[in-house]
Amino acid sequence: NVVPTAVKINLINMLSETGLQVIEATSFVSPKWVPQMADHTEVMQGIKKLPGISYPVLTPNLKGFQAAVAAGAKEVSIFGAASELFTKKNINCSIEESLERFDAVMAAARAASVPVRGYVSCVLGCPYEGKISAAKVAEVSKKMYSMGCYEISLGDTIGIGTPGSMKEMLTAVMKEVPVGALAVHCHDTYGQALANILVALQMGVSVVDASVAGLGGCPYAQGASGNVATEDLVYMLNGLGIHTGVDLQKLMDTGTFICNALNRRTNSKVSQASCRL
Amino acid sequence: QESQASGLPEYIKIVEVGPRDGLQNEKVIVPTDTKIELINQLSRTGLPAIEVTSFVSSKWVPQMADHKEVMRGIERHPGVQYPVLTPNLQGFHSAIAAGATEVSIFGAASESFSKMNINCSIEESIEKFEEVAKSARNMNIPVRGYVSCALGCPYEGNIMPAKVAEVSKRLYSMGCYEISLGDTIGVGTPGSMKRMLEGVMKEIPLSALAVHCHDTYGQALANILTAIQMGVAVVDSSVAGLGGCPYAKGATGNVATEDVIYMLNGLGINTGVNLYAVMEAGNFICTALNKKTNSKVAQASFNTGTIN
Repeated sequence: NVVPTAVKINLINMLSETGLQVIEATSFVSPKWVPQMADHTEVMQGIKKLPGISYPVLTPNLKGFQAAVAAGAKEVSIFGAASELFTKKNINCSIEESLERFDAVMAAARAASVPVRGYVSCVLGCPYEGKISAAKVAEVSKKMYSMGCYEISLGDTIGIGTPGSMKEMLTAVMKEVPVGALAVHCHDTYGQALANILVALQMGVSVVDASVAGLGGCPYAQGASGNVATEDLVYMLNGLGIHTGVDLQKLMDTGTFICNALNRRTNSKVSQASCRL
Repeated sequence: QESQASGLPEYIKIVEVGPRDGLQNEKVIVPTDTKIELINQLSRTGLPAIEVTSFVSSKWVPQMADHKEVMRGIERHPGVQYPVLTPNLQGFHSAIAAGATEVSIFGAASESFSKMNINCSIEESIEKFEEVAKSARNMNIPVRGYVSCALGCPYEGNIMPAKVAEVSKRLYSMGCYEISLGDTIGVGTPGSMKRMLEGVMKEIPLSALAVHCHDTYGQALANILTAIQMGVAVVDSSVAGLGGCPYAKGATGNVATEDVIYMLNGLGINTGVNLYAVMEAGNFICTALNKKTNSKVAQASFNTGTIN
């Protein structure tokens, strides 16, 4: 169901009050492909942009980049995959070709002093290819880093990874990209996300992607969950004594808001447990 | 080789608590036949230990009223242990009469929890269990000890690792061959798990320790990972994540056996358990209970039609 623009804006504004420092606001992709993101310009222009908070947006091509900057975006994201088959099925070209398409975006971003974040999909497995070699992930990450991405977010797109494969993958990637430039984007489809994130933290990764209320299912497994819930992540980090600056209660309130608006239950266990006590 | 290189145990014993801890905390009363069928299916998965039932008064726990029938009705597979809970001497004798060959007793690391749960102090509860332990010793029946509230208490909040260590030591010196440390309300995190285990490991050998993590706050697998990184090699879990949390309405409780095995498989750790067979048993009991599984692995696998 397409979420009204006002709800999206309110969600982002509420998130801005929780202490989160980075909130991925929208995607400047054609509404033909992603109707949910059709209001990207209105959202970008409508949100309160608090100082000290970054609001990156996805820009799949130069046109999207230009529209994003015109709408006020100060940071953008591009994406590649560690799987040839996934890239072919998703955007009908090879990994190499997909990255070449981003050359123009990188050049424009550099000229405009806009930082670019790079996402790598399928780092722990692919819905089509199955196992993905750690070396391949390292190769794609290195390419995107040398293209000028300041940070590489390694995505377990189908949530299939375990602490074992996470460790193996990071070991390979850390040979090519400094750990300070790495982030993990774990999906919880098989319940492994927090364990995988824990291993990444143990290896020195200090940037973690998560989604309030665990929004976003897995398009490859009907009914299965997708993103790890930010509330559950923050709960773990608090327990580890790791500073995030995030107010868990405000985060939970934000999760409650969006779940009510979407008329759905939260995917966050912390939220499920807390609101009943 | 993978698990050895990382300092993790090569083999982890899974103790399946679904038929007891799981069903005990499900609202729907399950027919005896269904319980027996569940346990029989679990016996064929490779699980080395399955907690079958509880010889507690049916007044307190109606779900376990059929303990004798279940104990007598199940298939006993060679190489599989079938422990039962025995809250007192009477329950112990009843269990033995029904054919039990291993029993479990429990203490709490929280005075308030002990008082609210069984209306006596930790010390008093331990004294009661000493009778059971003594009889068990005389009959060569192994006894497993559970410690509740190891990472937090619904009444007292924070629990000191030293207290957990003290209660564990009492149970261990009473003759329990293994101490299962339970995060009863699932509030623990890798931080508190580490501190608690460091405290307990001063008093109890690692090989006698197990962790029983609840997933109420989604922390179970991360907590289990932390425990196994510290050398713990026995993990309790419940098929399909059966058993909600009685202290947080609607919240989940036990960690799902399927999800634990998925993680251990990925780490190259041997469990002897067939994941697919456990998922099938989980599917069976969820259908019987008319509820959705709490296992994410089962949710993902049954929906794509593929098992990874």
